[in-house]
Amino acid sequence: MMSNLTVQERATAMLIATAAGVVGLLMATAGRGDAMGVHGWIVMIFAAAMFAIVADKLEAPEPTEDRAASYYDDPTRVGILIALFWAVVGMGMGVWVASQLAWPDLRFDAAWSSFGRLRPVHTSGVIFGFGGNALIATSFHIMQRTSRARMPNQVLPWFVLMAYNLFCIIAASGYLMGITQSKEYAEPEWYADIWLVVVWVAYFVLYIRTLARRNEPHIYVANWYYLAFILVVAVLHIVNNLAVPASLVGAKSYSAFAGVQDAMTQWWYGHNAVAFFLTSGFLGMLYYFLPKRAGRPIYSYRLSILSFWGIVFFYIWAGSHHLHYTALPHWVQTLGMTFSVMLLVPSWASAGNALMTLNGAWHKVRSDATLRFMMVAAVFYGLSTFEGSFMAIRPVNGLSHYTDWTVGHVHAGAMGWVALISFGSIYALTPVLWRRETMYSWKAVEWHFWLALGGTVVYVFAMWNSGVIQGLMWRTYTQSGTLSYSFVDTLVAMHPYYVARALGGLMFLTGAAIGFWNVVMTIRHVPRAVPALDYPTSSEAHEPAVPAAE
Amino acid sequence: MKNPLRILLAPFAGFFDLHARTHYRAERHSMALTAGIILAASVGGFIEIAPLFTIDETVEADPHMRVYTPLEQAGRDIYVREGCYACHSQMIRTLRDEVERYGPYSLAVESKYDHPMLWGSKRTGPDLARLGGKYSDDWQLRHLADPRALVPQSVMPQYAFLLDARLDTESLPGRLAALRKVGVPYSDEMIASAADDAIGQASPLSGRADGVAARYGDGTAVRAFDGRADRLTEMDALIAYLQVLGKLTDLPAQVQPVAEE
Repeated sequence: MMSNLTVQERATAMLIATAAGVVGLLMATAGRGDAMGVHGWIVMIFAAAMFAIVADKLEAPEPTEDRAASYYDDPTRVGILIALFWAVVGMGMGVWVASQLAWPDLRFDAAWSSFGRLRPVHTSGVIFGFGGNALIATSFHIMQRTSRARMPNQVLPWFVLMAYNLFCIIAASGYLMGITQSKEYAEPEWYADIWLVVVWVAYFVLYIRTLARRNEPHIYVANWYYLAFILVVAVLHIVNNLAVPASLVGAKSYSAFAGVQDAMTQWWYGHNAVAFFLTSGFLGMLYYFLPKRAGRPIYSYRLSILSFWGIVFFYIWAGSHHLHYTALPHWVQTLGMTFSVMLLVPSWASAGNALMTLNGAWHKVRSDATLRFMMVAAVFYGLSTFEGSFMAIRPVNGLSHYTDWTVGHVHAGAMGWVALISFGSIYALTPVLWRRETMYSWKAVEWHFWLALGGTVVYVFAMWNSGVIQGLMWRTYTQSGTLSYSFVDTLVAMHPYYVARALGGLMFLTGAAIGFWNVVMTIRHVPRAVPALDYPTSSEAHEPAVPAAE
Repeated sequence: MKNPLRILLAPFAGFFDLHARTHYRAERHSMALTAGIILAASVGGFIEIAPLFTIDETVEADPHMRVYTPLEQAGRDIYVREGCYACHSQMIRTLRDEVERYGPYSLAVESKYDHPMLWGSKRTGPDLARLGGKYSDDWQLRHLADPRALVPQSVMPQYAFLLDARLDTESLPGRLAALRKVGVPYSDEMIASAADDAIGQASPLSGRADGVAARYGDGTAVRAFDGRADRLTEMDALIAYLQVLGKLTDLPAQVQPVAEE
């Protein structure tokens, strides 16, 4: 794979790895005695591994292929495999922490294995590890296909992918050592945050430069969403992570904001991480792979425009619905609630646009589990955005907030929408990327589909039940006007649902593991087949990059 | 029959057309899209967040509000490190049942010096905003060491290891200095004697205890939180923090809030 780089590019890559290694050395030296020093070692080992992988092929002959005649897919392939690896790790962690809530002694006699430290490993593992890598890999694929152009550079995509994964490793290992800012979904400390900014700038440059080379006058819908993902996540990340380190040679830092301002900034970030990390980018996937797989053009271009700008504009306001009835000023709560309800319009426009696209292809949904993954993802997207708007209404939130209902809602979106669209895309992508005739086992894809769907349903129903029951128990009064239940009473009532939730998660994890196995077997055992027209063509070419309307 | 949606949206047809035409032009230029996205996504955040810094009524005024002592701040850092916020909120909402269960609802001023805030988002365990003084140090100690010994149904992890972990006091001046940079009013003296004050607060008989009361007020709890005055552990710090939750100001009790039904 590295022999596809020119000797010059190999040297550049090794130089970057060396620079990263020096940074790691500095961190290890300066931060010794602190957990930051351990991170320095991790950076050094990672950089050394990258260096060795490239150095191993340094003597290989210069590549002879005509670059302009093909897309650059090596980083995409690696990205997909890494995403599947993180899926199994992150979901595995999820099953573990879920089980700890049902059986609290399911841990080691060590600080790192407690719920509080493991939980962010689960959330970051699935969001950033699985979701982020799936987004980066599919965006590499899609931006080239829809632009009919190869990436401008072969080192930059590797840098983006590998440097991003270094961030993920630093994040996950940090939580186990107790390094966290405590800001949900933004837990990594200051140096990891700075590193992510570097990665993100590189990612944006790569994306824009690929778009600049396009052989297509218009930028396809999927790219709008990926662009929104890259840009807005950058803004959110930088503002929410503003902090002052307690020491430049230690990991600990303190948020620049306090109390109510910090809460608002955190949930402005938190909810828009849902919007721009877990929605926007995945809608990009949907807008490419669903029409492609169904062989149908997107139902309505006008609807795509409306929903895109609706999502970009409305979502940003919605964060304050996480802070109903709190010390946040009432007017901000009301704004958040109002915009959350309005958000249903662009959300359902997207979901509807996706489902209407399937008109004329429903027979394929029945027979093709890959397309069915995408269809069900669109349905769950519609369901969870409806649920989200509903839960943002102040009195409803009064019941649902602080309970498992929120957890159930998040997982309806994360499992039902984000993970299913990713798996559908990966199954559509794998044979194309590795030039294979087909997936190794269609039966395994079916198994994965039903395990994933079953697992999601079990999970979500368990959490709906426990959440609503707990919310109601908290506010139940006796005839004499005192509270009926102690907190512990409500906790006891949760137990059966916590068991069911762990089971649902385990089903979902099993499906993901089957998927990983299936992809690996496809690469290893399925005969080669070159797909038609999967190379850069001029815009006058007959075959459109994505099925086009008449 | 005409489509009812079409009739409903007819007044906006002009806007939708303009919007679509503008977009059609923009989608041919990546930088136009970039600028559009940043612009559209900035409005909401700006309108909701910026005024929180400028409108004075956002945070109640309380001249008597005190800052965390170095030991309490160290405890807070341990609370963050162990991820306690994942299961415990520190924000009592303005709902009747919450006020009756946990106490007066939380005011913005109470987390004025909280960098970051720990309002939380999930109550797997109960809210802790008014935990201070609710249980004895000994109860806290035994509960943290083995929650199920005191509450058999609890699902909380054990934190017995805190009792064996020596508290790192060398980093405390740096921590307080960083907090001052982000707006917590620590004096030079508080920062300089942060390590001493941490030790003093947990060993009442040592000569260092008087300085704590002098700098942080007579109401500051000075005692061996983990039951052993001879050594300063992370357990000392965490219990000191838990015992001060809701105690930094008595404004919430004075306001006597009326909660919503």
